[in-house]
Order: sequence, then C-alpha cells, then structure tokens
Amino acid sequence: MRYIEPHAHMVSRTTADYQAIAQVGCEALCEPAFWAGYDRASAQGFFDYYRQLTEYEPARATKFGIKHFCWLCINPKEAEDPVFAREVMALIPDFIDKPNVLGIGEIGLNKNTRNELAIFEEHVDLAKKFDRPILIHTPHLEDKLKGTRLIIDALKNANVDRKRVIIDHVEEHTAPLVLDEGFWAGMTLYPESKCSPARAIDILETFGMENIWMNSACDWGISDPLAVIKTALEMKKRAHSAEIVDKVIFGNPKEFLSQCPNFHLH
Amino acid sequence: MPTKKDIQDLYFMDSRFKLLDIAAYLDRVDRHEGEADFRHPAFSKAVEAMLNPPTDKTRAQAVHLAFSDHSNEPAETAGLQGAYGAVPVKA
Repeated sequence: MRYIEPHAHMVSRTTADYQAIAQVGCEALCEPAFWAGYDRASAQGFFDYYRQLTEYEPARATKFGIKHFCWLCINPKEAEDPVFAREVMALIPDFIDKPNVLGIGEIGLNKNTRNELAIFEEHVDLAKKFDRPILIHTPHLEDKLKGTRLIIDALKNANVDRKRVIIDHVEEHTAPLVLDEGFWAGMTLYPESKCSPARAIDILETFGMENIWMNSACDWGISDPLAVIKTALEMKKRAHSAEIVDKVIFGNPKEFLSQCPNFHLH
Repeated sequence: MPTKKDIQDLYFMDSRFKLLDIAAYLDRVDRHEGEADFRHPAFSKAVEAMLNPPTDKTRAQAVHLAFSDHSNEPAETAGLQGAYGAVPVKA
C-alpha cells in the first residue's frame, strides 16, 4: 500500500524508523514544528531546529526514497511567553521559501491561555501574509473541547480559507465541530491517548471519508511510526475497499497538501 | 459493511479484556489507602455517561464530554503544561 504520513516528528526518531515506513509504502512525510520534549533556551535554538527541518531531515528521508516536507511555527507549549514567541516567529520569513516548507504549523493551543491564543492569531496572520495553508494542534484530553472551540472562533474571526486549514488530533467529540465548519480534520493514532485504529475507523464511518486524514504523529513519546499503515490494515478487516483505504491514507492527504505550493510527490 | 456479529467477532474479546482492566483498576483504587482525588468521581461520571448517553450523542462522545472542560473563557496562565485527563475541582 502507498501512503503519506502527514504528521510525524522525525527529529526524535531513528533512521531505522525511516527505513521501516519506507518498507511499508510511505511515499511522503510531513513534519510540523513542535515542542522538542524540552523548552528551548533561546530563539537561536529554533533557528537550529528550522535548519534541521529544512535541511537535515529531508536529506535523511531521501536516502529511503521518502519526500520530506515541514511546517514552521513556535508551538503553543513554548508560546506562553509572547516576547519570546515573537522573537522566534521573526525567524520564519527567512525559512518560508525553503523548498520543503508547506506552511504554518503546528500552531494552536495547549492550555487554552490568552497568551497562547494571541500568538495563535499572529501565526494565522503570518500564514495569510505568505498565502500558506495552516496545520493546527488541538489540546490534549480535558482541554481539547474548549481549545477546539476557541480555535474555530479565532479562525472565523480571521476569515481564513477553511479548505486550507487542517485541525489535527480530533476525536469523537471534536470531529463534527471541525468538519461541520468546513475545515479539514486530522486524526492522530496513539497507543495511549488520542485515537486507536478502531476508533479512528469509527470516526471515518460516522462522519465520512471526506476532508479527513490519519497520522501517527510519532515523536519522542510512546508512539508508533507504523500506526497509519496498521490502521489501513484494520480498515481492510472492517471490509473497507482498497479504493477507500487508498483515498484515506494517500488521496486525502495528497488533496489537502497539494494546496501547498511546494508539495510535489515526484 | 460488517454485521453486528462481524463486529463482535472482531472486537468482543479485546473489549472484554479492556472492561476487566477497568474493573480491576476501580478495585485497585478501592483497595489502597488514602483519598482518591477529582479524577475518581470524574471516572464514575464518565462510566455513567457511557451507559446512559444523551440522545444526540454517541457513547464515546458522552465519555469525552464527561471528562471535558466546558468553560468558554481563555485561561489567564498556563499553570501545569500537561493535562490530567479530567477537570480539577477548584478550591
């Protein structure tokens, strides 16, 4: 099976993981900028991180025939200090035209604070200024519902093109909020939180196969870089056709990502 | 599409296993000393929501909603960077 991994944090994965996902059909991979497992001490730390995302990781992926793309931002976990966040955001224009940069992401909220929301809105303005799509992180667990509502309200106020925005980490209670408003939705397949393969397929069966993708969001935590392909196999067990599986794991991400000027599979 | 029985064939054993894990977790909390915090009543509320979901919600949605923060205003500060899984009771 061919597939696109639309959300993975490869900076914290081994080269063996690139090999493993290539062996099961991964053709392209997208890496949003996010928290590195620790708070960076300076904006210079982000400069180095953006170089890693735009230079080192694409080279590592190419060795396995995988196209590597990335999204740029300061993540909401490190955006609580607006002065620091703006210092980091000032770096983005110097990287936005690098050949593997898709847009602005994964921006969003973590603890649903006023400062996080202000920086989120400034990122949305940045995406509009550079005419780039947006990838959005929604908060975890008990904070997800409120955070998703705040994000949707902010996006409505910003008058963005909803078809160029994907709101990630949806679950059963937030998927309809996102899809009904005309945004794209992402489901994250984690072993201990977010969605299991069975629940992700339930969401597809309940809310439809349009404007939605699945990702592993594999990172430094307990996560599985093969989660997308394992869920594809689970879809087959649930009697979904090969065409539908291909649409969900390849066609849908390709459709959304093709709105990014730099996204090309070949 | 699979029938109800097909779904049982695929998921009954796994769900039975997970249900026993939940029962054993509740027994474990009961058996140990000290006071359980806000997560324990939140868990009970979520179990009740699963068994009796509102008419316009699925069981999974009802569980999510039982654990969710339903306030509307942004928080003034971040405090804890992670999440508890249930909404802490304010003093």
